[in-house]
Amino acid sequence: MSQRVVVVGNGMAGSRLAAELHARGEDLKVTVLGAEPHRAYNRIMLSNLLAGKIGEPDVELAEVAGRGVDLRTGVTVSTIDRASGQVLTDDGDRIPYDHLVLATGSRAVVPPLPGLDPLRLPERVIPFRTLDDCRRILALAGHARRALVLGGGLLGLEAARGLAARGLDVGVVHRVPYLMERQLDPAAGAMLAGTLTGLGVTTHLAVAPTGVEADASGVRLALSDGRSLDADLLLLACGVRPDTALAAAAGLAVERGVLVDDRLRTSDRQISAIGDCAQHQGTLTGLVAPAWAQARVVAQVLTGQDPLARYQPRPVVTRLKAAGIDLAAMGDPTGGPGEELTFADPARGTYAWLRIHDERLAAAILLGDNPSVGTVIQLFDRGHPVPGDRRALLLGRAVGGAVAAPAASPALMPDATTVCQCNTVSKGALVHCWRGGARTLDAVVAQTRAGTGCGSCRDAVAGIVDWLSRADPVEVGR
Amino acid sequence: MTDGVRPATRPGRTPREVATHCPYCALQCGMILREETDGVTVLPRQFPTNRGGLCQKGWTSAELLDHPERLTTPLLRDPSTGELRPASWDAALDRIVTGLHDVQQRHGRDAVAVFGGGGLTNEKAYALGRFARVALRTRHIDYNGRFCMSSAAAAGMRAFGVDRGLPFPLSDLGRADTLLLVGANPAETMPPLMRWLTEQRERGGRLIVIDPRVTATARQADLHLQALPGTDLAVANALLHIALTEGYVDADYIATRTAGFTAVRRTVASWWPARAEALSGVPVADLEETARALATAQRAIILTARGAEQHAKGVDTVSGFVNLALALGLPGRPGSGYGCLTGQGNGQGGREHGQKADQLPGYRKIDDLEARAHVARVWGVPADELPGPGVPAYQLLDSLGTDQGPRALLVFGSNPVVSAPRAGRIESRLRDLDLLVVVDFLLSETAALADVVLPTAQWAEEDGTMTNLEGRVLRRRALRQPPPGVRTDLTILADLSTRLELRGGGSADPHTVFEELRRASAGGLADYAGISWDRIDAADGVFWPCPADDGPDSPRLFTDRFATPDGLARFHPVEHRPAAEEVCPEYPLHFTTGRVLAQYQSGTQTRRVAALRRAAPDAFVELHPDLAERLGVTDGEPVRVVSRRGEFQAPARLSPAIRSDTVFAPFHWGGQARANSVTNDAVDPVSGMPEFKICAVRVEKP
Repeated sequence: MSQRVVVVGNGMAGSRLAAELHARGEDLKVTVLGAEPHRAYNRIMLSNLLAGKIGEPDVELAEVAGRGVDLRTGVTVSTIDRASGQVLTDDGDRIPYDHLVLATGSRAVVPPLPGLDPLRLPERVIPFRTLDDCRRILALAGHARRALVLGGGLLGLEAARGLAARGLDVGVVHRVPYLMERQLDPAAGAMLAGTLTGLGVTTHLAVAPTGVEADASGVRLALSDGRSLDADLLLLACGVRPDTALAAAAGLAVERGVLVDDRLRTSDRQISAIGDCAQHQGTLTGLVAPAWAQARVVAQVLTGQDPLARYQPRPVVTRLKAAGIDLAAMGDPTGGPGEELTFADPARGTYAWLRIHDERLAAAILLGDNPSVGTVIQLFDRGHPVPGDRRALLLGRAVGGAVAAPAASPALMPDATTVCQCNTVSKGALVHCWRGGARTLDAVVAQTRAGTGCGSCRDAVAGIVDWLSRADPVEVGR
Repeated sequence: MTDGVRPATRPGRTPREVATHCPYCALQCGMILREETDGVTVLPRQFPTNRGGLCQKGWTSAELLDHPERLTTPLLRDPSTGELRPASWDAALDRIVTGLHDVQQRHGRDAVAVFGGGGLTNEKAYALGRFARVALRTRHIDYNGRFCMSSAAAAGMRAFGVDRGLPFPLSDLGRADTLLLVGANPAETMPPLMRWLTEQRERGGRLIVIDPRVTATARQADLHLQALPGTDLAVANALLHIALTEGYVDADYIATRTAGFTAVRRTVASWWPARAEALSGVPVADLEETARALATAQRAIILTARGAEQHAKGVDTVSGFVNLALALGLPGRPGSGYGCLTGQGNGQGGREHGQKADQLPGYRKIDDLEARAHVARVWGVPADELPGPGVPAYQLLDSLGTDQGPRALLVFGSNPVVSAPRAGRIESRLRDLDLLVVVDFLLSETAALADVVLPTAQWAEEDGTMTNLEGRVLRRRALRQPPPGVRTDLTILADLSTRLELRGGGSADPHTVFEELRRASAGGLADYAGISWDRIDAADGVFWPCPADDGPDSPRLFTDRFATPDGLARFHPVEHRPAAEEVCPEYPLHFTTGRVLAQYQSGTQTRRVAALRRAAPDAFVELHPDLAERLGVTDGEPVRVVSRRGEFQAPARLSPAIRSDTVFAPFHWGGQARANSVTNDAVDPVSGMPEFKICAVRVEKP
């Protein structure tokens, strides 16, 4: 009998695992149980949905269904019965497994504030986490003028710029004195706040929320500095917490997340965990790339393709890219060994900071238009040595890759310079042809074939012939 | 004055002139050949593709006609010394016939294989396929076009129902507002094409180039995306992702002219631009700019070439760009669309008329009963006697001389010892054959291994037709007779058929062969039935399909329907996958190959032209100065490039124009400098295209 694999969760980790298992075409019977009623979707695109740039169908992900994969959505698992190797669903089903994978994700954190009951949030207070959250936000946003976002991390800022793109007046409230403090330094955080201001997002920094008052007509957020802010809706972007309830109830080892080893196995060898709900080497990831890498390892192990596959965490790159914002941050911005390089052009909203240790990029922050961003990310991601001339990383491709400018005058051009690449004609050959008696552009072209290939050097050839006709008048007269 | 009004051949004594086309690449530039007392000269000719332009290869092409190294007599390997020695035609043909008989008697009909080339005329490609299927009755025929544009061909076929490199005339390039070139370097590979790009930019159009190197073409671009080799597919999916999130897609076009978009939309949903950026190194801002430039242009064209196609995922990569073009509503819209820049002189025609393992003339499928019946009728044989499909080029070459593979091989117009991937292995396969026959006009590296070498005519010594990268059928015209002792390929095939005492001996006359080709192709996708030599002469070439003498030809395809049964183009969801061989500590660098301006293909011809040798005398290994510094290598110093499959050696050329994680070398040289000694023989599962454009190497000092 083929091995039965049950995946709890059809989010970005669970759906990816199903695809990875399916792609390996092994003889597995895979059941995916998704609590959300809709098909798998790309959570990263939800801020575009908020911005109104795309519709719901655009966030749908490819799903594998059929051919050995049984996908059931709208099914919540209530219990794991490890003794019998079954999961129980809340509609009473018992689904047996040979191997169980938890991909239960995480839940939005509701900060402990007066006026916020996590189990019964006011209608106008909504976390920014799921497609359903998005739908509720959008339902309100249509008639809203002002929105507040609690939390100035990556998620909060994506939500803020999404709502601002809809034309809402958006405020972001953040406890720390600068935005995205886990990824940025104060200088970058300040510059980002300036960029956001230009996009219609006001930031309220170094203030803590102290309470929420909400009713059917609006929300009031009280702040630690005594002010209070009014809005039509309040988005919560205060981080996420791994959803470990099932695992904990089943007696699996759980700290902040479900503890897993390098093969993503929990304390029960028959059960794995991947994605947001998993805690590997003391770390929670909360990002897609590691979740997908974990899904790959589990698929390799379960299909027997590589039973010894190990998950190796890779350094994380945080990317915030939207109209008017271009931010890449990687590594620890707060400190560490190595040399630091900085370039700042506040007028243009450009900031670049790098820390290089042992010829490798240890950390970087790039904000604003920075052509080197792709190179920097790849160097960091792959741990490749940095170039000898570090300016290229700070300033982009203008340094190093530049092509030599043509000489201002033909007189200054060395004879060996190739003027026509297509026919390998040097300046010297053109001069020689002229001296040999060719006296017009057409004659020089016909004899040397310069300019007869791609034609792009015609102006240069004409320039040289013109220069010769002025510099060599005696020859012409003869 | 155009070709149409100039008398095609001006007879008489000296000087004698013909209007013909360049022997090299798929641009097939028009040129005039003039024979004077002191030799043949090349003159410019106004033709709609090159408009009088030629590159150095074209200008010097006549030098090989009277080259001292030209083969003018058959060569036979002397069994006692092991050396090739001049022999008579009778002796050479007898040796071949005896060898073929012997091999087929002992090992069956499929033990003889035929390997063709994308430089052969339509007539020769057709005759070669017919010779294999009817005279030899082997299923084993394929050609070096597998190494050229087979991935684009397969992707075009499955999306549009037909494969014609450019489904529009070249002149459309000049009017495109945005032109995206993916893995194409025409400034070096087909320089006169750049005239259209110059015109395009003079009209205010934008040129965007995706290439791991700052090539001569990339230097002219408004935007250059310097992607890591092997990541073009991720870039394509990300571009479509952006097109979706920015609302650029043409919903009306998708609804009325295509099928299968939903699956593609869901696939590219997981290709958010930052993901492609990390993989390819192309900044998100540049991806966004590219998508915007394509989508907001009135007329936009996307072209792919070998850089994107020569991968084990080449078909899917092309499909990624075809998906993008379809989602933006480009194909079939005036001045817009997707196209492939075919490489070899008759790469297009060569793949249409039966050189391909799975095809019969007219781009018919060999396993299609109706197609077999039609072609068999033309050939006068029972349809059930036609062999079935063979295997793609690399698989064929790799099986030579093995227990399961062919024991005898006839090679026409190809030099796989230099041009095949993992060339060391292919070289040893060729050495294991019982009989290797090579037909060429120079002693190529492959000919040097042969048991029998037959000297053949050059392009200026034969009539025929070529089909250029636009699908425009052109006339190649003979200026003069082949030198004494030299026969044309068609004559050789006819002579062999006669000696083999096999039926189906085709004609040695190219016009007769073309007339038969017309009938054989009638009703097929590449329908030449309405194309006559006279019609080509009268109209600067004729675009296929052209089914009727008195009917129109087809400069532009897809204006109202695609060549699929329901007329709709097909989207194909495609996923990026890693290169067949990834870098690792032992082989830490990406290796990619390509061309230089002054050399062509395996260099057999161009390396023997003095001016071209001066322009590009030797192979080289292009390294970024940062990499060179780490390796302790200086400019010009010899380096060795080593992969799991072999190694080659050439001087280092330091250039900031290449990524510092990638090494480049041109593939035109053999021997110690043979770049293909290291390339990967992993092939695309659909097209059989080998992964020439990426493998893992290390670079060391010898």
